[in-house]
Amino acid sequence: MSTPRAMRMPLGLRLASSGFLAFWLLLAAFPILWIAVMSFKSPVDAFSANPWEVITGPQTRADGAGLSLLDIGLGAVMLWLSARIAMRSLPRIVAQLTPPGLLVVGWLVGAVLFAVGFLVAFFGLLPLVVAPLEAVTGPLGRPVLGLTTEHYVAVWVDNAFYRNFINSMIVTAGVVTISLTVGTLAGYALARSGSALAFWILIIALVFRALPHSVLVAGYLPVFINSAQILEPILGENAPTLYGQPLAVIAVLVSINQPFTIWMLRSFFQNIPAELDEAARVDGCTHFQAFRWIIMPVMWPGVITTGLFSFLLAYNDFLVTSLLLDAQNQTMVPAIAGYFNRETTTTDQVEAVAAAVSITAPLFLLVMIFQRQIVSGLTAGAVKG
Amino acid sequence: MKFRTFAAFVAPSIVMMLIFIAFPLVTVFLNSFRITQPVVEQVEVETCTAGFLEQTCTTEIKTQPVLDAAGNQVTTTEWVGWLSYERVLGLAAMGEALAEGAWAGILNIDFWKALRFTLTFTLITLPLVIGLGLAIAIAVNNAARSLKGPVIFVSLLPFIITPVIGALSIRWLFYGDGIVTALLEQWLATDISVAANGWAIEILMMFYRVWHVAPFAFVIFYAGLQTVNQDTLESAIIDGANRWERLKYVIVPHLMPLIIFVALIHLMDAYRAFEEVVGFSSQAYRITLQWLTYDLLTPDDAGNRAISRASASAMLTMVGIVILLIPLLRRTWRDHHGKS
Repeated sequence: MSTPRAMRMPLGLRLASSGFLAFWLLLAAFPILWIAVMSFKSPVDAFSANPWEVITGPQTRADGAGLSLLDIGLGAVMLWLSARIAMRSLPRIVAQLTPPGLLVVGWLVGAVLFAVGFLVAFFGLLPLVVAPLEAVTGPLGRPVLGLTTEHYVAVWVDNAFYRNFINSMIVTAGVVTISLTVGTLAGYALARSGSALAFWILIIALVFRALPHSVLVAGYLPVFINSAQILEPILGENAPTLYGQPLAVIAVLVSINQPFTIWMLRSFFQNIPAELDEAARVDGCTHFQAFRWIIMPVMWPGVITTGLFSFLLAYNDFLVTSLLLDAQNQTMVPAIAGYFNRETTTTDQVEAVAAAVSITAPLFLLVMIFQRQIVSGLTAGAVKG
Repeated sequence: MKFRTFAAFVAPSIVMMLIFIAFPLVTVFLNSFRITQPVVEQVEVETCTAGFLEQTCTTEIKTQPVLDAAGNQVTTTEWVGWLSYERVLGLAAMGEALAEGAWAGILNIDFWKALRFTLTFTLITLPLVIGLGLAIAIAVNNAARSLKGPVIFVSLLPFIITPVIGALSIRWLFYGDGIVTALLEQWLATDISVAANGWAIEILMMFYRVWHVAPFAFVIFYAGLQTVNQDTLESAIIDGANRWERLKYVIVPHLMPLIIFVALIHLMDAYRAFEEVVGFSSQAYRITLQWLTYDLLTPDDAGNRAISRASASAMLTMVGIVILLIPLLRRTWRDHHGKS
């Protein structure tokens, strides 16, 4: 489709528009890219006032952690190859090896294997190959770019950040599964029922959606801390203290997320013609059977989109997890607050930066894979209603 | 759908919302009127240390918590009426400030300080978010088709990033000798210390919020731009409308419902601002209402949580939310009655 002549923009306006767009892209990406660069440098370079030194890292190079042109070249080739494998071969292999019903599991296993393989090849094999090559290639083998992974090692291995990572995974996996199970049921019923009751449920959910989370947490805290005493008459000696339990936090986050989930799923269910379940009902399905076998198979795009937003809520949450979990069950985001609050040396600060980049990396991948779903999810609520 | 089936489908969701949203609201409401605290008693303790000729003895009165047989602290719960609200609002200090005519003194009380900042923050970021979102949407709409995918990808990053981390990533550019501060210092040839200047932090917090929410506004407006009626645009051109007039009289009215939607969502979310305070460590200079509740809920040095005052401040925060929600609810109500 070509633009009609009258709609075409004069050159000046077009330049201004692209200039503005370029400026915005720089603004959007720069802080994130910059912390990624900082996290690989020694403290002196990372907090240097000269941007060029932050990028090239002379001090890091002087400390013996540098990349030569050869490293960079081979690394780039390797990255390109692995990206190709991930895009082209991986989907085919996964599709071949997994039985039809278990595609999700197959993808999970495939992704984990790929990640492990990549880490081993990139950090294990590559240095072994490069070291002898560097010795013989002369100027190509001399380090030009300072780069160190020591802060990541310090964060993940020495400070046991992997524990926070596992906790984060437990909480997010729990929240996504439960909130989708509970939410699809409710969203379906709300989309199909035109009763006044359904309307009021949605209105109340809208009010709940607007509540500040601290208001709710103020209600949980005293109850959770004393839950052993409160529940004792019912559960006897084994009454648990809910404070610090990941399960309790999952329940809380699911509920906080529920209003948003049912609104979004309802709008996706409304797009599926009601004739579909009527046909199933005529053929003798109960409501639940129609929901399970007829509607759910065509609902996957909506479920994935809603699941993404549940994931983001649980993964990004600071307030609820920092107040309701104790130190040993802490998730990643509140754990990072511990880093920059105790920042005494610049090394601590760079470690905080490395932890921050570690938290951001999965989100980056998520946007890459699910960009379309995120956009459709954002617009689902707005454009129609 | 029969009522019974409907009930069976929504029951799990409703039960969860009742237990974890409605019930806590009731307890918060009740807790804001009562104070639970450990019972303390005063005991006279005589401590003696060995001295020459005779012992040196001192008696002092110590306050210590009463323990029950199992060794737990005994607590009492008292109904105190509006006491917690008075404390949160700082009525006493406010009265003094008013009596002296020192209006600015009111802003030293935490609650009013938080309210002042939250409101300025919400109202200043609102037009910026809508303006920037609209500008990006129009610019992307004008861009070449092959560029759109990558541009949307990069634009989504600030929105998707963990709020605390996003705030931190901007903080590291400015605090201390961050590179942007260093550049500004070189350019203006002065010494700038962002971290010690309340206003600078306030501007940074607003900048972060606009950076974080503009992509959301952009995506919504961009979707709306795809449905602009091309015929109307063409007739506008034939009638001699220039670019600016077309934007003003055709595109913006078309996007109006979406602009209102984004504005309402932004008002609600900015009013709940919290992560900025954590990310920028701004508690010494600027705090928000939600952070005030959070702070009261975190244990102080003695390990006590001010549950009652936290509840009172939570209830006060809710009043604001209810006021913000009224127009949205009225609109939904009208739509519902318009349809049925």
